[in-house]
Amino acid sequence: MAEITLEHVTKRFPDGTEAVSDVNMEIGEGEFMILVGPSGCGKSTLLNMICGLEDISDGELRFDGEVVNQQSPKDRNIAMVFQNYALYPHLSVRENMAFPLRLAKVDDAEVTRRVEEAARILELSEHLDRKPANLSGGQRQRVAMGRAIVREPVAFLLDEPLSNLDAKLRVQMRTEISRLQNRLRTTTVYVTHDQTEAMTLGDRVAVLRKGKVQQVASPQELYNHPVNLFVAGFIGSPAMNFLPARLEGGQVRLPMGSYPLREEQRSAVGEGDRDVIAGVRPEQLEDAALVGDDDRGSGITFSAAIDVIEWMGSELFAYFGVEGAGATSDHLQEIAGDLETVEMSAGGAEQVVARLDAASTVTRGDTAELWLDTRRVLLFDPDSGERLASSG
Amino acid sequence: MAVGSVQGARERAFWVIGSVAIVVYALTPVAWILSLSLKPSGSLTDGRFVPREVTFEHYASIFEEGFFTSALRNSVGIALLATLLAVVLATFAAYAISRLDFPGKRLILSGALAVAMFPPISIVGPLFNMWRSIGLYDTWLGLIIPYMTFTLPLAIWTLAAFFREIPWDLEKAAQVDGATPFQAFRRVIVPLAAPGVFTAAILVFIFAWNDFLFAITLTSTESARTVPASMAFFTGASQFEQPTGSIAAAAVVVTVPIIVMVLVFQRRIVAGLTSGAVKG
Repeated sequence: MAEITLEHVTKRFPDGTEAVSDVNMEIGEGEFMILVGPSGCGKSTLLNMICGLEDISDGELRFDGEVVNQQSPKDRNIAMVFQNYALYPHLSVRENMAFPLRLAKVDDAEVTRRVEEAARILELSEHLDRKPANLSGGQRQRVAMGRAIVREPVAFLLDEPLSNLDAKLRVQMRTEISRLQNRLRTTTVYVTHDQTEAMTLGDRVAVLRKGKVQQVASPQELYNHPVNLFVAGFIGSPAMNFLPARLEGGQVRLPMGSYPLREEQRSAVGEGDRDVIAGVRPEQLEDAALVGDDDRGSGITFSAAIDVIEWMGSELFAYFGVEGAGATSDHLQEIAGDLETVEMSAGGAEQVVARLDAASTVTRGDTAELWLDTRRVLLFDPDSGERLASSG
Repeated sequence: MAVGSVQGARERAFWVIGSVAIVVYALTPVAWILSLSLKPSGSLTDGRFVPREVTFEHYASIFEEGFFTSALRNSVGIALLATLLAVVLATFAAYAISRLDFPGKRLILSGALAVAMFPPISIVGPLFNMWRSIGLYDTWLGLIIPYMTFTLPLAIWTLAAFFREIPWDLEKAAQVDGATPFQAFRRVIVPLAAPGVFTAAILVFIFAWNDFLFAITLTSTESARTVPASMAFFTGASQFEQPTGSIAAAAVVVTVPIIVMVLVFQRRIVAGLTSGAVKG
């Protein structure tokens, strides 16, 4: 186990493009760190630099204080699980898992002991003599995990390990990985483009965009206090709604109504009137009929023409248009473009999505009374994309 | 249903007749040679396909003659050595070509192809003179070198195609697992490219084994003369007798190693060896 420190780590390709620029991060011993971001954000490059498959152009990478920039992958004692598992097809499951130990010239008895223990943990004991071709996707995934854990490495690196599994298996393996990491307490760096995985698995999550770290924080922190529009839009499903807003005389004017600016936001936005972007999570919207009188006062009640209803069983997603809503800043437009490759609700910018209680009787085509909880509305600067807040 | 089965039967008949025709066409001369080799000298010209009387006298006689046994030894040695060297070299070259980015890569590939297209007849003359002046004339090495030259391009192209099919990630995985680049190559890449290695080996072996042009030009004695060349030196029991029976027997003997080689390696050339490596 080790502590991994990245200091000003940069990856520059020969053509001058920076895939990763100036990443500073400290991954504590035994920590489960997630690198998340849309495709092309540099997260896999960063992972490859940690394991040594890619050179570091600039900056320092340290394991437990020791600089390892120049060490080849085989000297770093880290294990990696690849997106496509990369099992050796000509070797049995047993030999696949034993491969790193054989290279390290571990004696046979020890190899057998470690492989069998890993197989027991991963429930692969019956399949040890099979070839990878005869295994299901989930089993192959587990063999890849097994090959990683037999080495007792200083760190696990996982590169989108679940993206090749079907939805059901993915959820199951997600829990399994989480349990495994809890049990082994090995420092783990996990790359994914799926914000759900990031939120459910990680102790801390680093959100990357275009090679730059946007925010490193716990999932709760990311969700409740995103530092900028990108993180706010990326984390959470369905995504956060962005509405054009204007600050006028201590009031926040949203398309659906106004409310007084909260005290702690006042110092951050400064004096004077200005345009801002308001971020509203779907769950901040509720069917007004279901909101108690006590709460009504701390929000805006308005009517909206419901376009689409998605009934999920435990909840209800209602989509409606808001006049003047949509991409009001270049930032939003750019981010929407970035996120398109991930999972942004169709036309995310024009439509507002509300997560309503399943008891709601709102139907499609209705004009419904909705209530917006203004206590947790986030405000962003339309030019810089930064969140306007006095502190974290 | 009835229409379907009639159609199915027709299609079957078509393929069966086609296959039989090809097999008959290809194997008749071989069978004829076999038949000749088994006929006693007196009935060689009787024109019968199935010999009236079977004798192994020709086989016995060719092995009595020292030059055939030594030619056989030369053939086996030279062909195997040429195969081994060519395959090892081609494996390294193909790996570099498919995995590394270096200047002149395309040039090497097209150059190799050009070598393969070169007519051998145009170089045997110069080679004959060169080999005599540097002392390679009538030696094993003198034959192994041209065999390698002419088979390397094909072997490189074949192997490069196989290497390209192997997922990059396997190599990265091996490296992360603690393998040096050479260990990754030897323990992961080569085993996976085994079908390609064997394909290349068969091609090289057949070329070296069957070659007549270089063998007849670059050898003069039993020290390096291979079977195809030595068959021209068979003589009959008397000057009035054609050595037909002996040549037929030698032709059959010389075919056997090729058949064995192909049968042995054919088992290795199984498709889908890489399935299960990565998802898909």
